[in-house]
Amino acid sequence: MTDLPKPRGPLSVAVLGALRDLPTAPVPRIEEAPESDDDAALTLWVLHELSYGGFDGVDEAAESEPELVRVRGMLERRLEADLRSRWPGVPDVDLASGFFDWVAGHDGPSIARHVQTSATREQVLDLMRMRSVYHLKEADPTMWVIPRLPVSAKAALVELQYDEYGAGDPSRLHSHLFAQGMAASGLRPERGVYVDEAPFEVLDQNNALSMFGLQGRLRGAAVGHLAAFEATSSMPSRRMAQGLERLGFPEELIGYYTEHVEADAVHEQVALRDVCVALVREEPALEPDVWFGAWACLDLEVRAARRILGAWGAAA
Amino acid sequence: MTEVAPRPDVELCPGGPMLLRGDHVVVDDEGVRHATKRPVSAVCRCGKSASKPWCDGTHKVLPPKLRP
Repeated sequence: MTDLPKPRGPLSVAVLGALRDLPTAPVPRIEEAPESDDDAALTLWVLHELSYGGFDGVDEAAESEPELVRVRGMLERRLEADLRSRWPGVPDVDLASGFFDWVAGHDGPSIARHVQTSATREQVLDLMRMRSVYHLKEADPTMWVIPRLPVSAKAALVELQYDEYGAGDPSRLHSHLFAQGMAASGLRPERGVYVDEAPFEVLDQNNALSMFGLQGRLRGAAVGHLAAFEATSSMPSRRMAQGLERLGFPEELIGYYTEHVEADAVHEQVALRDVCVALVREEPALEPDVWFGAWACLDLEVRAARRILGAWGAAA
Repeated sequence: MTEVAPRPDVELCPGGPMLLRGDHVVVDDEGVRHATKRPVSAVCRCGKSASKPWCDGTHKVLPPKLRP
């Protein structure tokens, strides 16, 4: 549980105000439109968070309050329409045999490479605060998808998620490893503490993942996103670990990244072969959405990386 | 109802690692023993991993001809 973040425009002012007033005052009709991408992304992030840990002092019934659900739906449609309008469409690539090369061919700036060779300690702390928006709920958005999958893909995804959750050992849970790394680095490990610092590009990475998970019709996009995420993790995690060692960060934080070098070399294979390909075998009509979700993962990371590296004055 | 094949214990990934399910001890080419430490482990097949005997995704940057 955490505090509500600061609003970023008229829509988030209205929604945050309504959340604070529950349950004493009913939620009024929210007429405000998002004023900016920041206003939209922050509002959607807050509304999604109600389905995870919620916020201190906010009535837990807010998660299913009809007016707030309506606003969440409006913002999800806005985000999905924006992503679909930028998506180049299904590539002429065989999913099973061509996916990894397709991912590798997706150009973009690499934050991990910058951290490996030239980032400052302050830049890394800045990055950890922004990455914490996702890493502190790592794997959680993907859990929503499990009941929506056919039998083979379901079993494989549970196998993958079991490893994400430490194979039953809470001290090995990936999001907990990151929390320990943050605390050891002098950062606060509670969820949502640094959301005010995250630009909309970072919040939208989180929002897309939650939306793909929460909406059953987007299950293809959810598993496609997962496969692309895992396929872009092993080698960048090695670079991150090397950069953190160079800067003298504590073993706990380095360990989070070294864990992902080997874990995600497994997960990328399971996610593609045993989840995505297995799903498409059962439900061929979902293949375009698998590609859409994978593309969205890569595209949103490129946008976030440009924003973060740009703010540091680093070559993007 | 769809026919579902039982899950394999060992899976050879085209161009990539060998997946091993369950607890195993892998002896590397220098005779060093490595116990698996996760439910599924990926064993390097390209020979270029920096985490041998485990896969670290390096096969993906090799030209296709040099992949397993």
